[in-house]
Amino acid sequence: MAQAREIDPRPWYLLSPALLAIALLVVVPMSFILVYSFYENIDLGLDAPAFQFGNWRELLTDGYYHDAIWKTFRLSAIVTVLAAVLGYVPAYFIANTRFRHKWLLLLLLILPFWVSFIIRTLSWIHIMGNQGAINGLLLWLGVIDEPLPMMFNEFAVIVGFIHVFLPYMILNVYVSLEGIDRNLEPAARTLGCTPWQAFLEVTLPLSLPGLAAGCLLVFVLTAGSYVTPLILGGPDDFLFGNLIYDAVLSELNWPMGATLSFALLVLLGVVVVVYSRFMRLNQLSKAFG
Amino acid sequence: MKIDSTKRYEVLRERLGNGDVDRRTFFRLLGFAGMAAGVSGGVMTGLSRRALAAGTELHFEGWGGVVSEALRKHAFDPYEKKTGNTVIDATFGGEAEVLTKVRAAGSTDGHNILHSSGVSWYKRWVDAGYGTELNLANIPNVDNVMDSIMAPFRAITPDSLSAVPYDYGTTGIAYNTEHVSREQAEKLGADLLLAKELKGKIGGWGGDWANRAWYGALQSGQDPNDIEDWDAVWDKVREHRSLVLKYWSSGAELMDLLAKGEIWVTEAWSGRVAALQAQGHPIGYLDPKNGLAWMESMFVLKGSPMAEAEELLNFMLDPQTAIAVAEGQKYPPSLDPQKVAMTPVIEKLPAYDPTGKLAGLVFRDPDKWNPVEKQQRKAWNRIKKGA
Repeated sequence: MAQAREIDPRPWYLLSPALLAIALLVVVPMSFILVYSFYENIDLGLDAPAFQFGNWRELLTDGYYHDAIWKTFRLSAIVTVLAAVLGYVPAYFIANTRFRHKWLLLLLLILPFWVSFIIRTLSWIHIMGNQGAINGLLLWLGVIDEPLPMMFNEFAVIVGFIHVFLPYMILNVYVSLEGIDRNLEPAARTLGCTPWQAFLEVTLPLSLPGLAAGCLLVFVLTAGSYVTPLILGGPDDFLFGNLIYDAVLSELNWPMGATLSFALLVLLGVVVVVYSRFMRLNQLSKAFG
Repeated sequence: MKIDSTKRYEVLRERLGNGDVDRRTFFRLLGFAGMAAGVSGGVMTGLSRRALAAGTELHFEGWGGVVSEALRKHAFDPYEKKTGNTVIDATFGGEAEVLTKVRAAGSTDGHNILHSSGVSWYKRWVDAGYGTELNLANIPNVDNVMDSIMAPFRAITPDSLSAVPYDYGTTGIAYNTEHVSREQAEKLGADLLLAKELKGKIGGWGGDWANRAWYGALQSGQDPNDIEDWDAVWDKVREHRSLVLKYWSSGAELMDLLAKGEIWVTEAWSGRVAALQAQGHPIGYLDPKNGLAWMESMFVLKGSPMAEAEELLNFMLDPQTAIAVAEGQKYPPSLDPQKVAMTPVIEKLPAYDPTGKLAGLVFRDPDKWNPVEKQQRKAWNRIKKGA
């Protein structure tokens, strides 16, 4: 009988600080939230400890919440696809440029992070608003007679999300592209591929782990957002996060807010698990070299 | 001569610029300085020394924008100069936000004085156990406050007060005079918010269910302080929603939307509209019949340094300070015009009542509104999202 292999404990020693941090900062707080979801909200801001399933029943049976889940996943998917398409091109350019100071391009990419997320989001009002830069220019050129309605609708929300999350996509794809042997494309060309075929059949498949990681990141970040629709959206533009905001901050109903928060965590967890099944999550590590 | 770290850094940087030290030496010295600062406590030690010497810190939370600017300039800065205490002011989107933070933290640390809105919130803070007992002997300027504005607060806590009333105003209808005439506004009143020809140019305050319901009541022909048919109220709110471009969530956002012409009609806070008018924007303001009036107080939370808080409130209620703040934030002060002479600027402010009786203004009756709040607030949050 083969002797059982000894387990090397060193990875666990190395991982222990991270595991401890996750346990303290994620697992423990989420456990509190789960417990709180069974509490009962008596009045505004007044909760009673209990073990009842009223909040979960409401979530599972009320179409209002199901609509919000559908809207959230739909919008997240749109943002993810657009970010993937729009993000791949600059990532490819940065990875393949012969520009000596490539670090400068990467710096430009993370430069927006130095400005507050809220301010970056608000800036779109000055770009796409009635008196914003785009409408101002079009009116001045005589292309339009009255401002185009670009603000406070789903379009504005999508633009806002892509603006904020695009760097995450570009960085992931860039790291993946950087790890590809630069001789592979020329090799494919010598074997008869056109440049486009060489990209489609060599570079793109090899960069998929980075693209997959970027997509997962953008999807999860979008699905968990609530500020962007609040600032750039109209009355119809809201995500599941906005319902949590309402429950916690407006209705002061923490048990319901806890229920919705935990439900969102579970839903996004399911997305990650399903995604890892299809995309083989272990492949994502390749995106980071 | 003893020099501080900042001065030492500036001298070093100047020497680098002059070529007296090379870059490597500069960074090495900077590194050593950093290490020394870290070992000795450095910046934090300096800050804590300064904090100890600076007196008491009072944390204030208010509504932001022109209101915060007026309070900072005319009340907090002079108070700090006079007493050596520090007022750290922050902005909230609504008091529910503060209540959530306080509950989450399990303490009122970092929260002392709130620019609290209405009697309903006064009752909520007191009922939740966050009230205090102000020693009015330390706030002699409270004698100048209108009895009519003190009465609703005294009705809730007859034996003591946790707050002093500070200003009042109305939530009327603002309209862009380039697109809506004064005659049309006056003719339609509250129904101006339901004008179909203005679809996509109408706004509304999304943050307060009661404000929305108040206008729904007016539009459905009911007395807002005695609503009998809530379905009719919400039907009108749904009608309004179908015409709305954007529900705004702060005074700053309201002013931005109106100033940029994104919306032409919305209900609005009187002081914010007066501020826009002062800036030269073509915005008219209408208080419809039975329009909503409200009063704001400076609420002192449990656990605050009471002597310093009372000192600040007394300073803020000093006629000179209160009038300067009122002119800045464009809301009339709580001072009684029969006792304190008001300036021409105050006398022209929307909602200003020269009698000091406030008899012409309709306030929210907490006995009617508070009992239905849990249910109707939830209803509003859903209707706002199209349910």
